[in-house]
Amino acid sequence: MSELAELVPYDEALSRYEPVIGLETHVELGTATKMFCGCPTTFGLEPNSAVCPVCLGLPGSLPVANRAAIEYTIRIGLALNCSIATWCRFARKNYFYPDMPKDFQISQYDEPLCTDGWLDVAVDGQIFRVGIERVHLEEDTGKSLHMGGATGRIHGADYSLVDYNRAGIPLVEVVTKPVAGTGSHAPVLARAYVTELRDLLRALQVSDVRMEEGSLRCDVNTSLAPRGASEWGTRTETKNVNSLRSVERAVRFEIERQAAVLDAGQKVVQETRHFHEDHGNTTPGRSKEEAQDYRYFPEPDLVPVAPDAQWVEQIRASLPELPAARLARLQSQWGLSDLDMSAISNAGALMLVESTVAAGAAPSDARKWWLGELARHANEAGIELSELAVTPAQVARVSELVKAGALNDKLARVVLEAILAGEGEPDAIVEARGLAVVSDDSALVQTVDAVIAANPDVVAKIRAGKTAAVGALLGDVMKATRGRADATRARELILQRLA
Amino acid sequence: MSITRDEVAHLARLSRLALSDAELDHFAGQLDQIIGAVARVQEVAADQIPPMTHAVPLVNVFRDDVVVPCLTPEQALSQAPAAEQHRFRVPRILAED
Amino acid sequence: MPNSAEPTDLILLTAAQTAAAVASGMASAVEVTQAHLSRISAVDSDVRAFLHVASESALAAAAAVDKRRAAGQPPGPLAGVPLALKDVLTTADMPTTCGSKILAGWQPPYDATVTERLRRAGVVLLGKTNMDEFAMGSSTENSAFGPSHNPWDLSRVPGGSSGGSAAAVAAYEAPLAIGTDTGGSIRQPAAVCGIVGTKPTYGGSSRYGLVAFASSLDTPGPLARTVLDAALLHEVMSGHDPCDTTSVDAPVPPVVAAARQADVSGLTVGVVAEFGGDGYQPGVLARFGEAVELLEALGAKVIEVSCPHFKYALPAYYLIAPSEASSNLARFDAMRYGLRVGDDGTRSADEVMSLTREQGFGAEVKRRIMLGTYALSSGYYDAYYGKAQQVRTLICRDFDAAFEQVDVLVSPTTPTTAFPIGERADDPMAMYLADLCTIPSDLAGNVAISVPCGLATEDSLPVGLQIMAPVLADDRVYRVGAAVEAALEQRCGGPLLAHARGLAKPDGAAR
Repeated sequence: MSELAELVPYDEALSRYEPVIGLETHVELGTATKMFCGCPTTFGLEPNSAVCPVCLGLPGSLPVANRAAIEYTIRIGLALNCSIATWCRFARKNYFYPDMPKDFQISQYDEPLCTDGWLDVAVDGQIFRVGIERVHLEEDTGKSLHMGGATGRIHGADYSLVDYNRAGIPLVEVVTKPVAGTGSHAPVLARAYVTELRDLLRALQVSDVRMEEGSLRCDVNTSLAPRGASEWGTRTETKNVNSLRSVERAVRFEIERQAAVLDAGQKVVQETRHFHEDHGNTTPGRSKEEAQDYRYFPEPDLVPVAPDAQWVEQIRASLPELPAARLARLQSQWGLSDLDMSAISNAGALMLVESTVAAGAAPSDARKWWLGELARHANEAGIELSELAVTPAQVARVSELVKAGALNDKLARVVLEAILAGEGEPDAIVEARGLAVVSDDSALVQTVDAVIAANPDVVAKIRAGKTAAVGALLGDVMKATRGRADATRARELILQRLA
Repeated sequence: MSITRDEVAHLARLSRLALSDAELDHFAGQLDQIIGAVARVQEVAADQIPPMTHAVPLVNVFRDDVVVPCLTPEQALSQAPAAEQHRFRVPRILAED
Repeated sequence: MPNSAEPTDLILLTAAQTAAAVASGMASAVEVTQAHLSRISAVDSDVRAFLHVASESALAAAAAVDKRRAAGQPPGPLAGVPLALKDVLTTADMPTTCGSKILAGWQPPYDATVTERLRRAGVVLLGKTNMDEFAMGSSTENSAFGPSHNPWDLSRVPGGSSGGSAAAVAAYEAPLAIGTDTGGSIRQPAAVCGIVGTKPTYGGSSRYGLVAFASSLDTPGPLARTVLDAALLHEVMSGHDPCDTTSVDAPVPPVVAAARQADVSGLTVGVVAEFGGDGYQPGVLARFGEAVELLEALGAKVIEVSCPHFKYALPAYYLIAPSEASSNLARFDAMRYGLRVGDDGTRSADEVMSLTREQGFGAEVKRRIMLGTYALSSGYYDAYYGKAQQVRTLICRDFDAAFEQVDVLVSPTTPTTAFPIGERADDPMAMYLADLCTIPSDLAGNVAISVPCGLATEDSLPVGLQIMAPVLADDRVYRVGAAVEAALEQRCGGPLLAHARGLAKPDGAAR
């Protein structure tokens, strides 16, 4: 039975409490083969068709580490400004679970490959430096289908069906240090961090980082402490956070929920919670009688990993342009402000804007369309900008049409909506719907004259010096032309005709 | 006493062994004796001694990121106690978290 | 050496002699295999060395060897020689049970690397031998399928965990066998069955396909009736394997050449002071003492060496091995293969796992799993597993220091001769003492061999001499072992097994 949580409204919660957040992100590496065997990592294969004695954990099988996976991990560590271990080992994390073929996971424990780095994240014009505690390498588990229950979830299922294709795929875990001092920015910062990290990983070409496919997974830790308190509060861990929006919503919900708990004089329970997409809330996971003791010990079947300085420098030299550098370069090319650039970055729209500029639009126009009208559409539909059914080329074309005077802003919005609705290319839509701006002066002059004639008192006001009243006439002209007039030209004509 | 019957019961649960009461009693006595004996290692003062893990000090043994032929699903599932839809059928799982 | 191809004579041949006979055409591989299958039929109901006899595939493999020979292809050094494989190594065409109910009938989809190498060499796999469950034990009494019996005296144990393999060789059911050694499980059975057994340098042969007991200790190795035979098998089965990260990437030491060299002049031999005294059977100490004198007579310099941390080897081992085992055996959870108990549609996966493991594992396995779980638990790790790994380093240092003074170390292989079946069955601590002398080499990973050095006067049962050498110096133990073997043969007028009784008698008669 899920509890109905009491909540304190967000702003009120923030007035009394300080949040501290932390994020653990799992990244499926895009290597050709699995972490410890030569099975392919391709997504979407027939169940149990990419398995072998090693990733099935058959008796007698032994793991052999994938060099590319080590390299990708070092790449990630370097991009996150981490120190790379000179000598480290894999460790066994022991627990029983049907999707784990060996009933232990080969991971890293007290000797991670990368430690102590940071990632700068811009939020509302401010730069937050998110500390990175560690980056380590481990293997993924199989996937279960839960059968017999109503929802397909574990609760209420009669039995499960397990596919081990995913078992053994290399997984990198990036763990932040606790992030304090974010105040009301906490939820947005959490989302911005994951966005930034995702873009970084994509730029490094180490993963296709698709949250919807599970190649990027996020757990969010949240705690609250009363403002001015010397100690941090008890933190909860929220799992099943499957999109960037969910990251933000999960943090926000936990803040509101924990504030209510603390307000009531109770203690926040240290537990793992499950995020629900539909309602944006979290509920407690199964309570455990005892905390898990994973009985970590160094993996005896694998020898230590000792990347020498030469190898690390080779990898460092091969790093592509990282997002921060790219952002700086594009900013200087585009001449946009810090605020504008950080807004583009936070919206995850950098690549889209870049492609739109490449297709011919002015940077400021590209920014305007993506962060304005199109962002509105995305929010309403509850999807990411990149998921909208419009391409940068199409946006560039619309922008071009506006610049040429063939469309005004209002019409441009209509065209974009039509593109999103699947009506086709911009030019075809303009043609089919007859949306071209009325630029033929003769027709427009006629309309202007008609409106002037119909509004003598407004005309009088204008002649008396109240030029602002032109707006009222302009409105009538636009109405009469069903919005298709070139507003600037119409205003010019009005003034001309009244002179 | 090195280990109590309750602790042994806990170990049995942790290692997924559904021991009978008689077995618990019997094993508790034996484990108590064994743990008492192996605790001898604590007599050795080993503050600065590094733990050993491999006889031959190898490092950096890797494989190339190249696909190697796998088992067929039939081979993988051939010894499964139960299978359905080309997957391993397992009893209901209690949620892990 | 017999010239005829009489079946009973064929089983008396050494592996080297068998290979020569097959290569020269004096006997066909099929005849040789047939002779051994007949021997198995005649005696194995008493010896119970085998869990699975693969007659058909063995004869087919033998026929293939004959075919290749007829086609003029040069045979390998062991082509056509039959071998008994411990049931802990995977075979794609035979079940692999590890002596456990939990894997009863399990047919692996792949061959172990060792299995593959043997097949490629033309060795004929007769079948899988009995063992203590998951290699945990020193007598085969922990096998879920009943113990094997010592061919010298069927009321006694053949040692363990590779007891089935040792018994098969001692009973002339096969001239060669493969065992695995984690705490002494090749050497101790070899010693109590009066044959030769080697634990190679750790990593010398591949562990891929060897069902893991203790990953940092498990070592596959040869068992045979002569030192040369063991060396020949050692060479064929060993070598680097990219599927096993812990396997040694260096050429196999020249063990066969060393076995033929068989000479100790100029060598210094160290007697480990800590291995003797209370708890050692007088007859064992007596034969050991004579062996040491023999070495001196052969031209070796003998000194006493102290290895002060060896007394912690047993407790360290009984922390490290069960810890790794508790993790290695977690995979037997009824989900993907093996036994499944209690799945009635209402029970949870956890419950089915627990019921299955309760029924599928024997007492010793359960004890060690719990012991290992305990030693790795948070709060206990440092004091137990962590400490044991430090002790292990100290034992390595003891060996290093000793090997600065001597070329090889010697000791009795095990404190007693073969004990009666049932004597130590429910007394784990007493059972563990059988590994006293063998464990240090498992912890350090260095090579060690057991060669027969006589019979104890009080019971006329075989005694083994253990010879230890540094990591990667495998040839050294063969050199010394062969020298001792040759000298003893000369002194006694024939191999030790010539004095055997029971089913270890070379005339092959069943009792």
